[in-house]
Amino acid sequence: MARRRVVIPIGPFHPLIEEPEYFALSCEGETVVDVEWQAGYMHRGIEKISESLHWDQVTFAVERICGICSTSHPIAYCNAVEDLLGIEPPVRARYIRSVVAELERLHSHLLWVGLAGHFLGYNTVFMWAWKYREPILDAFELITGNRQHYAMMKVGGVRRDIEDDDNLRLKKILADARGKIEMLTAAVLDDPVLAARLKGVGVLTPQDIKNYGAVGPTARASGVDIDVRRDSPYAAYHLVEWKVITGSAGDVFDKAVVRLLECKESIRIIEQCLDAIRGTKGEIDAKVREIPPGEGIGHHEAPRGEVFHYVRSNGTNRPVRHKVRAPSYVNIPTFRASCIGQTVSDVAIILAAVDPCYCCTERVQVYNRKTGRKELGFDDLLRLSREKTGLIAREVRR
Amino acid sequence: MTVVERLREGLGNRVIRIETPNPKRVYLTILPEDLGEAARFVWQTLDGRYVTVSGIDTSSRIELLYHFSVDREDTFVSLRVFLDRDRPEIASLSSLIPAMEWIEREIWELLGVTFRGHPNLKHLLLADDWPEGNYPLRKKTDGA
Amino acid sequence: MGLKQKALKRSLWVYHVGASPCNNCDIEILDCLTPRYDIERFGMVLVGSPRHADVLLVTGIVNKKCVARVKTVYEQTPKPCVVVAVGSCPCSGVLFRDSYNMAGPLDRVIPVDLYIPGCPPKPEAILAGIASLLEKMR
Repeated sequence: MARRRVVIPIGPFHPLIEEPEYFALSCEGETVVDVEWQAGYMHRGIEKISESLHWDQVTFAVERICGICSTSHPIAYCNAVEDLLGIEPPVRARYIRSVVAELERLHSHLLWVGLAGHFLGYNTVFMWAWKYREPILDAFELITGNRQHYAMMKVGGVRRDIEDDDNLRLKKILADARGKIEMLTAAVLDDPVLAARLKGVGVLTPQDIKNYGAVGPTARASGVDIDVRRDSPYAAYHLVEWKVITGSAGDVFDKAVVRLLECKESIRIIEQCLDAIRGTKGEIDAKVREIPPGEGIGHHEAPRGEVFHYVRSNGTNRPVRHKVRAPSYVNIPTFRASCIGQTVSDVAIILAAVDPCYCCTERVQVYNRKTGRKELGFDDLLRLSREKTGLIAREVRR
Repeated sequence: MTVVERLREGLGNRVIRIETPNPKRVYLTILPEDLGEAARFVWQTLDGRYVTVSGIDTSSRIELLYHFSVDREDTFVSLRVFLDRDRPEIASLSSLIPAMEWIEREIWELLGVTFRGHPNLKHLLLADDWPEGNYPLRKKTDGA
Repeated sequence: MGLKQKALKRSLWVYHVGASPCNNCDIEILDCLTPRYDIERFGMVLVGSPRHADVLLVTGIVNKKCVARVKTVYEQTPKPCVVVAVGSCPCSGVLFRDSYNMAGPLDRVIPVDLYIPGCPPKPEAILAGIASLLEKMR
């Protein structure tokens, strides 16, 4: 009997949205045989908008490419323009850049842990992770004035200093957060159900990583040892002690472990940066006035991986071209490699595992190519995912 | 050997021009027909990591920059090709580097470059009914 | 049960539509579910389908690819319903208003009853906006 080819609609990753989105999965029986990605629902034309803004305004625009990795784009953009100029920001500004960037990594990874928990049916994990994320957002509001979209970065430096009393408050927030994150990490790593559920699922080999140019925890979980902070030092990353976290199995479990252990390193980095600037004063702005003709490349290790910006100047006060490449643009297509051969009940968590910042790139949907109808919605995929977790839980606890 | 030296040795007279505004940035101009060879050298022999492709309408030509990062050397190698603005086309690299499939679609729809041999050249970001010939990243040349 | 009665009975069902957002507003909306803000004490529940919704929370600028979908969701939502533009994007389009892919702001596409600007609006602002809406309905 010919096995029926079914195309499954996969909705977006937001657990509460049920709109059609853009991954087209073809299945034979329960097994995924092909993946096609369609995009466009988030495309707002920011690269073109940059050409009508002046160099300083662009930082505010690119922040809004993505709400979750909001400061990553301004950092990479500033790195690109500073590359063109051949300058570095003053050292105090570099420490502050690392503080904000690592706070962002913390909030982003905690957000991800929560969503992943939700996809697996661990709603308590969702609530805990998001609850422990709140103090990080408070920390942002303390030093930048906003919980999201911090407007901290400018070409040549940062826009605001961190005063000593805020410095101490921030250290206290981090000390509290450290304990909570360690508890969350232990809960995930020691859970036999999660190990059974996630190990060996959605594997990406080092060759897959190379073929897709994948980056960030997605790459490091497969043992590919790349991290812009270490490979291409900028901000304060070469001024403090920390380590790059890698996995080896390339499966969903290792992707989760890499993110959780990175949180610990982020706290280390932030604390050292805060210690370095507390009790001292210094310039935070190189006071750049003109951008001469030229071109520049800048990159930054965002929570999801490398963000790349390219800028070109013709000496006027606006960029002639601004190219943005977000990490999810190279990470999302790895679904071709990680989903094919897997079962339908694992698709939701495999998708979530690359932590697609869908507004950085685009979203995902699946549909029945043959009938044009939706066979399974994203809700169905979540349900299947949670059912599988339940089955495994019963097995493990027997 | 530095990255620049290896490029000169590996690509010989395919290299039209090398610009190094600083030691970590290498912009290598080549002819469109040499792209495949050059990309293979950078991606395989130098083990460069594919990053992205940026396109720009310079009003006289369409310029493409293929960006690779040689992470171990903290160096970006960007292959620069110039295409005819009236009929910009170049061979697709998607059979060499699977990731190219998506960026070539994006450049096709935003700049109007045809990638010969691309398996699936259709809209990625823009709606399927986007007006043909309307390339949002092209510069206006009517004086506007 | 009419909308007003539902509001009085404190059981409004809310459906979230992301129409080309950057996701910041969406995250702050999701945050309203978490213990610190706890939207459920206002008697509101987030649902998974527009067919069950009393309130549509819409984020994003509404780009050209999204327009049809936003209209479809609005049509699928039983009337009367309340449409809330969450964030400065659906309110006015802000920096995206001249983008080649812009089809908003939201009130060019569907009728809007409540505007909650902010980039993003804090959960307190979102809740305050919705609370004032409930007040008006009662």
